[in-house]
Amino acid sequence: MAEVLHAAPKWSSNDGVRDTLCAALGDMVVSSKEEHGEIVLTIARDRIEDALRLLRDGHEYQQLMEMAGVDYPSRVERFEVVYMLLSVTKNHRLLCKVTASEETQVPTVTTLWPNAGWLEREVYDMYGVLFAGNPDLRRILTDYGFEGHPFRKDFPLTGYVELRYSEEDKRVVYEPVQLAQDLRQFDFMSPWEGAEYVLPGDEKAAEGGAK
Amino acid sequence: MSMQLEQSPTTGDEVITNYTINFGPQHPAAHGVLRMVMELDGEIIERIDPHVGLLHRGTEKLIEHKTYLQALPYFDRLDYCSPLGMEYSYVLAIEKLLNLEVPLRAQYLRVLFAELTRICNHMLNIGSHVMDVGAMTPNLWVFEIREDCLNFFERASGARMHSAWFRPGGVHQDVPLKLLTDIADWLDTRLPKLFGDAMSLVVDNRIFKQRNVDIARVSREDALAWGFSGPMIRAAGIPWDLRKSQPYDVYDRMDFEIPVGTNSDCYDRFMVRVEEVHQSARIMKQCLAEMPEGPIASTDRKVSPPKRGEMKSSMEALIHHFKLYTEGFHVPEGEVYVATESPKGEFGVYLVSDGSNKPYRCKIRPTAFSHLQAMDFMSKGHMLPDATAILGAIDVVFGECDR
Repeated sequence: MAEVLHAAPKWSSNDGVRDTLCAALGDMVVSSKEEHGEIVLTIARDRIEDALRLLRDGHEYQQLMEMAGVDYPSRVERFEVVYMLLSVTKNHRLLCKVTASEETQVPTVTTLWPNAGWLEREVYDMYGVLFAGNPDLRRILTDYGFEGHPFRKDFPLTGYVELRYSEEDKRVVYEPVQLAQDLRQFDFMSPWEGAEYVLPGDEKAAEGGAK
Repeated sequence: MSMQLEQSPTTGDEVITNYTINFGPQHPAAHGVLRMVMELDGEIIERIDPHVGLLHRGTEKLIEHKTYLQALPYFDRLDYCSPLGMEYSYVLAIEKLLNLEVPLRAQYLRVLFAELTRICNHMLNIGSHVMDVGAMTPNLWVFEIREDCLNFFERASGARMHSAWFRPGGVHQDVPLKLLTDIADWLDTRLPKLFGDAMSLVVDNRIFKQRNVDIARVSREDALAWGFSGPMIRAAGIPWDLRKSQPYDVYDRMDFEIPVGTNSDCYDRFMVRVEEVHQSARIMKQCLAEMPEGPIASTDRKVSPPKRGEMKSSMEALIHHFKLYTEGFHVPEGEVYVATESPKGEFGVYLVSDGSNKPYRCKIRPTAFSHLQAMDFMSKGHMLPDATAILGAIDVVFGECDR
């Protein structure tokens, strides 16, 4: 890796940790990488509980600090669930992840860490990832009676319902979102890099090919 | 508080049924909009089901639709009691992805103001904790210190609370020398005097001890298993402080102690915070003494903007400024999890970049989420009034918890 210039938190060395853990976890690891100073292990979905148990009991990763869901709609299994582990004795951090889709069930890790309960509830609430064995998989952050999973990439930023206090009914009423002006999404990407504009005539290039 | 009988006693007077009450969402000791459904047996808490999310604003989703720089002010609005502590993790995460070097003066300034934020945050927490258990005067006194801190923030950034002063690559603007000397004077005079006076009323107070000692004791194993961090894990006797163990910026040059608790109860959590205020003052004094002159932001013009004066004469500087404030900078593809020691505990940012000018995913790890989750386990068997002491010692702010 290139020289470290940044001033972000420095924990104990990553040297050899990836190889050791991959060897210890064996076929539970689907892939692993080390980038930007982070070790990321992708674990087979149905083995995640065993893998994390081994990391907790055998490799001193005592704390589950956080779980994050990520949505990649173009993938076959569109969701990733990322587990951030911390070892307070080895002073080391590790990211473990599994992939999931709307139908698949990820084994719960509430059996290993009690605080996984709310973290799994949050991933379920925001992305709709199901966790098999979580005893209390209710919504957590959204409104009572909310429908949909708001952090999915195909969920609009403005949502579907808005609420206001109705003077006639003397209560809060839910209504479909009506925007006085369209939500403005600015595209500042330089056309030379990144942005994909469909220009009239471009399709000819694909059909005829260059002569 | 509203009260409802779960089932009416039908078999005679000797049967006492459990009843549930709603603690919050509008309750002064709930520190914001927390609703706790409590199942009580008389005055003994049998079960607590905290309902969070009443302040959920979808910050993480909003951030996905903003450029990296536009997303920064959202972090002030998470934990509005310690805004700079929240920005810290985010700017470090961006810098880690960019592998961006930060000038030394900027690192010192960030540490200085992060510690000022810690004092500011602890003033609010210490004040409201003692008020939750019945004392009025200390709160008024420590808020005077908090007011001083907010004035310092205003002089540095122009805003009392939502500073947006830490930027990827450094800080937004340099501070005047007078501000630094005023902070130094304040650390020597007002802070020790006001804080010492206020704490002399509390720390050995019999009533305060009766309300806090031996309340919500948590073993070391439980503290680890429940994902505790910050003063909560230190009160359990584990000397774990990210500033020490995983130093960022110039914390590795600072000389300070980590206070730990011995009894792991609400009183220890309180006392850990009191001592942290003294240690923060110590770090700030070292920062002021050692701070070098120099640039306060990265000189990489693809990330941090040029000076206003430079833009008047340099075409290149003008173009850089225009590009940075419209398109913003691009961050290399990758994912990092960066956690710093915010005043409340480990505040983490998991940042996924797809190489564009907007974060693909920005997961925020709130400190209070894991602590609040343990509320049920910590409160079981305690009396109803102890719930406010436990909640006060957790130091929960809902802007951050609900995001």
